[in-house]
Amino acid sequence: MSTEKGSEPLFSKKNKKLITDPLTDNNPVTIQVLGICSALAITVQVNQAIVMSLSVLFVIIMGNLIVSLLRNMIPSRIRIIVQLLVVASLVIIVDQVLAAFLPDLSAKLSVFVGLIITNCIIMGRLEAFAMGNKPWPSILDGLGNGLGYGAILIIVAVFRELFGSGTLMGYSIFGNSLPGEESGLYTLGYQNNNLMILPPMALIITGIIIWVQRTRNKALIEEH
Amino acid sequence: MAINKESNSFTFGFAIALVVVIGVVLALLSEGLKPYKEKNVRVKKQLDILSAMMDVEKEGITRENAEVEFKTYVNLDDALILDSKGNVKKGKEGKDAFDIDIKKEYRDKTLSEEDKNYPLFIAKDKSKKKRYIIPVVGKGLWGPIWGYICLDDDMKTIIGVSFDHKTETPGLGAEINKAFFMDRWKSSKISDEQGNFMKYEVVKDNSGAVKGDSKIDGITGGTITSKGVEEMVNRTLKIYATYFQNKKS
Repeated sequence: MSTEKGSEPLFSKKNKKLITDPLTDNNPVTIQVLGICSALAITVQVNQAIVMSLSVLFVIIMGNLIVSLLRNMIPSRIRIIVQLLVVASLVIIVDQVLAAFLPDLSAKLSVFVGLIITNCIIMGRLEAFAMGNKPWPSILDGLGNGLGYGAILIIVAVFRELFGSGTLMGYSIFGNSLPGEESGLYTLGYQNNNLMILPPMALIITGIIIWVQRTRNKALIEEH
Repeated sequence: MAINKESNSFTFGFAIALVVVIGVVLALLSEGLKPYKEKNVRVKKQLDILSAMMDVEKEGITRENAEVEFKTYVNLDDALILDSKGNVKKGKEGKDAFDIDIKKEYRDKTLSEEDKNYPLFIAKDKSKKKRYIIPVVGKGLWGPIWGYICLDDDMKTIIGVSFDHKTETPGLGAEINKAFFMDRWKSSKISDEQGNFMKYEVVKDNSGAVKGDSKIDGITGGTITSKGVEEMVNRTLKIYATYFQNKKS
């Protein structure tokens, strides 16, 4: 519990760490290995990964804020249910807004927006952080974790879209791959790697990121 | 504080209050966004219908101007509703054809074959040539697939198709909505000289799949979705072929 009274600067060292930590040494995906399910599912295209990241970012910040505001009122026996309710409502809001204003993307993300509810990162942050901290640090914590999640998602998506479909955000990078009208790299016999589009490849890329990160910072390697 | 927040009554009260607040907020949001969502569904349908007939992107038709453009190509007053035997349904207005939800009718197990509606849209392309547009619906590997097939004025040559899906596997079955697959259907014929329906066959090995033939090369790795398209097209086109045959003779 943060119990310091008085005016702590908005971006004190401690608060900054709340944002930067999840981006590096305490990344929710690569270090805590949470939220993997969606990292596998919607990293086929960068566009989808970005919208998914923004949706999660919104849900996690708002969820953290609401739970943090209510933290002294929530009866501890039903706290998980309350957290779930808050997350579920926020997800429905995101889903409805996407369906109304970004229908094409909404159709592509389809069921995965609904699955934000089950994203372990969100419930994890609500239970571990927002229940015991003031609103402002909670918002920062949500921001940090949301960005940390989004960063991994987008990195994985860049690899998968580039090598799986030869495009980035829908724009051709290597030329035209259509049979009969090849251009660019494809005329030299280059082929898109269909394996990149399949879910296992997301797991492998995430694994490689985890490996690289732990090789660079030995402190992250668990003893046992 | 006087309230014991761990008491049963507080727990119940808190839960009820929270649920009521959230319920009201979500209900208001849903109602507020309803017109936008309905418009999106309508516009998507119009774009799908038009894209069977022509390249909507090339013609500059987007979500923004779809409603206006749709009216210039498709006259809903000319539309027809057929029954499962290929006869024009009595007591049905053609202009309701657009609002018929054939996906819902396809899913509805309680609906008898006779009660199902088969809309037929009549359109004019850019050079004012008559076009017939047939909606189709079926199932792929994971969920529904659907599409529109546009026929030439001769009532048998396919001008173009537009397929779409809800949840087919990306990169495999999901490719049915890509141009390379949809182009394979172009200029094939749904019936022979006498107007008898000719079955389509989605083949695996590209064996004899020549453009304009009723053998269509399927999608590698998307066999079940490809077969779903085949079933959907054959089941639906058969009904329309009967209608066209009767109409011609």
